[in-house]
Amino acid sequence: MTTDVIAQDSHDEHHDDHKMTGLKRWLYTTNHKDIGTLYLWFAFIMLLTGGALAMVIRAELFQPGLQFVEPDFFNQLTTVHGLIMVFGAIMPAFTGFANWMIPMMIGAPDMAMPRMNNWSFWILPFAFAILLSSFFMESGAPNFGWTFYAPLSTTYSNGSTAFFVFAVHIMGISSIMGAINIVVTIMNLRAPGMTYMKMPLFVWTFFITAYLLIAVMPVLAGVVTMLLTDTYFGTSFFDAAGGGDPVMFQHIFWFFGHPEVYIMILPAFGIVSTTIPAFSRKRLFGYSSMVYATSSIALLSFIVWAHHMFTTGMPLFGELFFMYCTMLIAVPTGVKVFNWVATMWKGALTFETPMLFSIAFVILFTIGGFSGLMLAMTPVDFQYHDTYFVVAHFHYVLVTGSLFSLYAGAYYWLPKWTGHMYNDALSKWHFWCSLISVNLLFFPMHFLGLAGMPRRIPDYALQFADFNKWVSIGGFAFGLSQLIFLAAVIKCIRGGEKAPAKPWDGAIGLEWTVASPAPYHTFSTPPPQKDIDNANQHEH
Amino acid sequence: MPMSDDKQRQANSNNKTAKKLLVVVAAMFGFGFALVPLYDVFCDITGLNGKTNTAAVAYEASSVDESRTVKVQFITRNAKGVPWKFEPIINEVEVHPGEMKVVSFYAKNNAAHKIVGQAVPSVSPGLAAGYFHKMECFCFNEQPLMALEDVEMSLQFYVDLALPEDIKTLTLSYTLYDITEKSS
Repeated sequence: MTTDVIAQDSHDEHHDDHKMTGLKRWLYTTNHKDIGTLYLWFAFIMLLTGGALAMVIRAELFQPGLQFVEPDFFNQLTTVHGLIMVFGAIMPAFTGFANWMIPMMIGAPDMAMPRMNNWSFWILPFAFAILLSSFFMESGAPNFGWTFYAPLSTTYSNGSTAFFVFAVHIMGISSIMGAINIVVTIMNLRAPGMTYMKMPLFVWTFFITAYLLIAVMPVLAGVVTMLLTDTYFGTSFFDAAGGGDPVMFQHIFWFFGHPEVYIMILPAFGIVSTTIPAFSRKRLFGYSSMVYATSSIALLSFIVWAHHMFTTGMPLFGELFFMYCTMLIAVPTGVKVFNWVATMWKGALTFETPMLFSIAFVILFTIGGFSGLMLAMTPVDFQYHDTYFVVAHFHYVLVTGSLFSLYAGAYYWLPKWTGHMYNDALSKWHFWCSLISVNLLFFPMHFLGLAGMPRRIPDYALQFADFNKWVSIGGFAFGLSQLIFLAAVIKCIRGGEKAPAKPWDGAIGLEWTVASPAPYHTFSTPPPQKDIDNANQHEH
Repeated sequence: MPMSDDKQRQANSNNKTAKKLLVVVAAMFGFGFALVPLYDVFCDITGLNGKTNTAAVAYEASSVDESRTVKVQFITRNAKGVPWKFEPIINEVEVHPGEMKVVSFYAKNNAAHKIVGQAVPSVSPGLAAGYFHKMECFCFNEQPLMALEDVEMSLQFYVDLALPEDIKTLTLSYTLYDITEKSS
């Protein structure tokens, strides 16, 4: 058996890892579970960091007028909050899930390129150290918005552009290496008998997301390079004085930026497509339609970018093209939402914490999807553009969407990761506190935006005062609620009820065929065909 | 311990896939830069970004369409920190498509040193840019002005007969940049 030999060899080789202790174990590790853990902790620390910045923003906006921070520092807060949450929290968290789960789900012994895997994680802390260090410099941190529109980031930069650009380059390299690893692992290391259409949907969504990353992260690298040379080396890509065009920046940026927002939501679809069938005790409704829907969302994401730019003075046919293409995305997304609901329909539902987060995801993500549909319509977008309505929209998608799915996934697999059940009461507190506070935080923002409150401004007109106060209270409560999650995770690592190999009776998938906690090395020999078949009941 | 053949084969096949993906990465990085000329060509054809001709063109209208009148407005603005007074002498003119027109702009360097200025034009709506032809424009050249020197600069233009019917007003906007460093 050829694969046995491979597995045996890598097993021997990796035994060294066991002997290393302390910091060295984590620095030198090439084990996918270790690296997954590193990614997850890093992402959570970044979530708290970005969250702390958001707390200052909400404190400033608690009342009209300027209370705590200067307008320029406020701009730095909103910019770095966005950058950290996108590149530091959501994306690495998903990569952490990919590292932990994909090899176990496809019956592979590890990621295809373990050494590169180590690198792609360990350059990340340096990227964010560079970004955050600019807070302590004379120039201050980037203050041009996470979208870093030229000329704000070139002509009018406060001097932080170089730090910002290098940080983004490192984040990009990390993401690209991570994505290449995911694609190679899925293409080459699937256990014999695990055909593409037998892969769990979770694996499919990461497969497609990795392709998106490979396609658009280099474009981001290109656009920040142009920014760098425009600012410091006298080129004129975006400078009208030298024949460039600042609007072109927005085109190139959003050519990256729109696929990027799907990079942050497709893996979330994968997670809830795993948890909802498990707690509905039914197979996933419409597995293959889910695969095709995910692929079409990914493809469509390349031809909708200018819907972020309706107010730049595009001709009518451009506006119509991008409006209709954007609205088209609602079709595959609708297929997904219907499939999740159909999976729950007449299922034997139970409401463990992962399921609670998943159901909240389906409802609240759909709200975010609908406000996206409203924003897609050119005529009304002229009213919504750059208001709090946009802020409400993307926080519903990214917080109650991506982040809630991450919580669902974390609670679902914590028993596998730690070998202990999480504390049920703590997790329920976390869920209900988060659910109530997140809606208090983001729902009134819709109305603030419709009433005309602009985003990214530290002060506002008096008529917005009441809503902003409630939003800030929701924000503080939501921030504090995340500490409950931290407590629940630490408690779960330290002890708790011993978890069986498969703690959820409705769960399917190869990861539940190994012990809890998952041994350091799993599937050194590929799983038997019957396990693969059993693990994919939704194919029946 | 020597690598077994199978392990070697697996590693080779992984490297092969990874290399293919790296080519995609390199290609997409190049594509980001290719978007720059592509954008220019696309805008040139469609006139999307309101850029007008950058070198003088000859008067080529076959007639003057007196049945239509188009309002042409002029606005000026200085880029951040350019200490010039820069403004149109008249704010708007009414022209017939095909009719040649000359208008003037006034500029004065209020600084105590020489500044080389460059005015960059843009037409709104962007689609009209392709129908706005300049036979002579101060924006084709750099404008060096000594301290406190002033100048009246002319613009000679006509609006194309083929200007779409629904466009009744054109706004020509000039932004003035300080290019002293680049021109020296």
